[in-house]
Amino acid sequence: MNATSSPMRRLATFFYLHPSWALVVLLFPILAWLGVVYFGSILALLTQSFYSLDYFSGLINRQFTLATYAQLFTPANLEIFNRTFMMSVMVTIACAVIAFPLGYYMGYFASPRVKGTLYLMVLLPLWSSYIVRVYSWKLILAQEGIFTWVITKLGLLWLLEWVLELPVIGGPSLSFSFIGTFLVFVYIWLPYMILPINAAIERVPRSLLQASADLGATPATTLRKVILPLAFPGIVAGSIFTFSLTLGDYIIPGVIGNSRYFIGQAVYAHQGTAGNIPLAAAMTVVPIIIMLCYLLVARRLGAFDAL
Amino acid sequence: MRFKYDDTRASWGLRLSAGAVILFLHIPIWIIFLYAFTTEEASFRFPPPGLTTQWFGVTLQRADFWEAFSLSLRTAAVATAIALVIGTLASMALARTRFFGREPISLLILLPIALPGIVTGIALRSAIGLTGVDFNFWTIVVGHATFAVVTVYNNVVARLRRVSYSLTEASMDLGASPFQTFWYVVLPNIASSLLAGALLAFALSFDEVIVTTFTAGPQQTLPIWIFSQLTRPRDRPVTNVVALLVMLATFIPIILAYRLTQDSHTERN
Repeated sequence: MNATSSPMRRLATFFYLHPSWALVVLLFPILAWLGVVYFGSILALLTQSFYSLDYFSGLINRQFTLATYAQLFTPANLEIFNRTFMMSVMVTIACAVIAFPLGYYMGYFASPRVKGTLYLMVLLPLWSSYIVRVYSWKLILAQEGIFTWVITKLGLLWLLEWVLELPVIGGPSLSFSFIGTFLVFVYIWLPYMILPINAAIERVPRSLLQASADLGATPATTLRKVILPLAFPGIVAGSIFTFSLTLGDYIIPGVIGNSRYFIGQAVYAHQGTAGNIPLAAAMTVVPIIIMLCYLLVARRLGAFDAL
Repeated sequence: MRFKYDDTRASWGLRLSAGAVILFLHIPIWIIFLYAFTTEEASFRFPPPGLTTQWFGVTLQRADFWEAFSLSLRTAAVATAIALVIGTLASMALARTRFFGREPISLLILLPIALPGIVTGIALRSAIGLTGVDFNFWTIVVGHATFAVVTVYNNVVARLRRVSYSLTEASMDLGASPFQTFWYVVLPNIASSLLAGALLAFALSFDEVIVTTFTAGPQQTLPIWIFSQLTRPRDRPVTNVVALLVMLATFIPIILAYRLTQDSHTERN
């Protein structure tokens, strides 16, 4: 009897009888945080993108204008968007091709113990320090580093030199070339592709593959006609990450690459010493729009069910 | 029967390529371990001309290292604490209920990690610019907590879906209040996933650089210290040692978090 009258107990009874109020209390903190901090900031970003920088005083002119957006269409900026977009597409394709064998092996053939080990071995690079893993490629791709050493031992130095002399993708050394940037992007985002492919393949019923074999398909045909189509949503799910992360990254092309800008680097440069936050904000709207379109297409391809 | 699908053994080609991918993922990490001990000061020469542990001593005496380390530690701890409270409450609300607006809310929670990091970064930077707030400890924490919430939420919501709801009902039938039920029944069941989520959120925050460069101003966290060394290398041997230390600082929470989630998984099966 005593318990029913204590304020704590009455509060508990109230929440039990009114579950929607309990829901409100539980959800309030996260909605307040994301609503105020995250959406507030996104709103601030959009607001800033309609302001402009006064180039004489260096101050931000807080008056509505579309002039900042117009600056996006200069040839130099269009080239930056195009370069970043192409890189994201190539990195995504390469990640899918490289991740598939491991995802397939983990999801289908590995025993539970081996699978646990492999899973941890994919998680470690996924979660461990991003900046340090980028740094390790500085060590690897440096002219005097391990990559050149291995290539020399293999007697393939002529091949490396020939590749570096190619226009656009080459450079003075791998660490200052597009090939280097591409390699590091693929390396850093690869785990994001492996896990969804693994998850998609785990869900393929074994009976389907047996049926396919019974009906006379060779293992290669089964792979092409049964496994790949069923794993495709997983590939699309992984591609959301590889694509989005490449689109917005400014650290990797700054550390490994030549001086040609990617979107992220341009945004970073504009908001930094130049103090041109409006242009930086307007430029960020481009990857946001590209990603929203990408997410819409991915949803159609069934990627959200594979996440 | 000629084409019997062998579903127990992978072909050698598949095994080799799977192994090659694992090597590709891990060799760069070994390189970090090796270079922390090299005697070479001026370049990234391979193989290292000699091995030494002297740079660890040098690093530990650097004031800038300790300052950056302490700032990273403090921001990660506070961001994790905030994420733990908000993320757990949200996961309890969304794990089992069905209500109008549930799907949009779950999507909303994922948005900070689905959009490129630079979006969060420049958005917070715009807000800081508009409100005229000075860069300080809390501007870093707010950025980190925003994506740390998602990590905690993901871990806890996955566990709550596996814990049988009848335990909660039994506890309440036996006269426990929702608070007692949470403390004595729900919490022990989700404790390891809370800890795993917290460890991952901590590792993520300790290492974050993309959002932080926009919200830190002149302050230096440890990853920002490394980044500044990458663009203008001055102390290569010290950077090598710091890289190894940061790697270890993120490795340990990951392995612990993995153990925590695996153990409860096997218990349940």
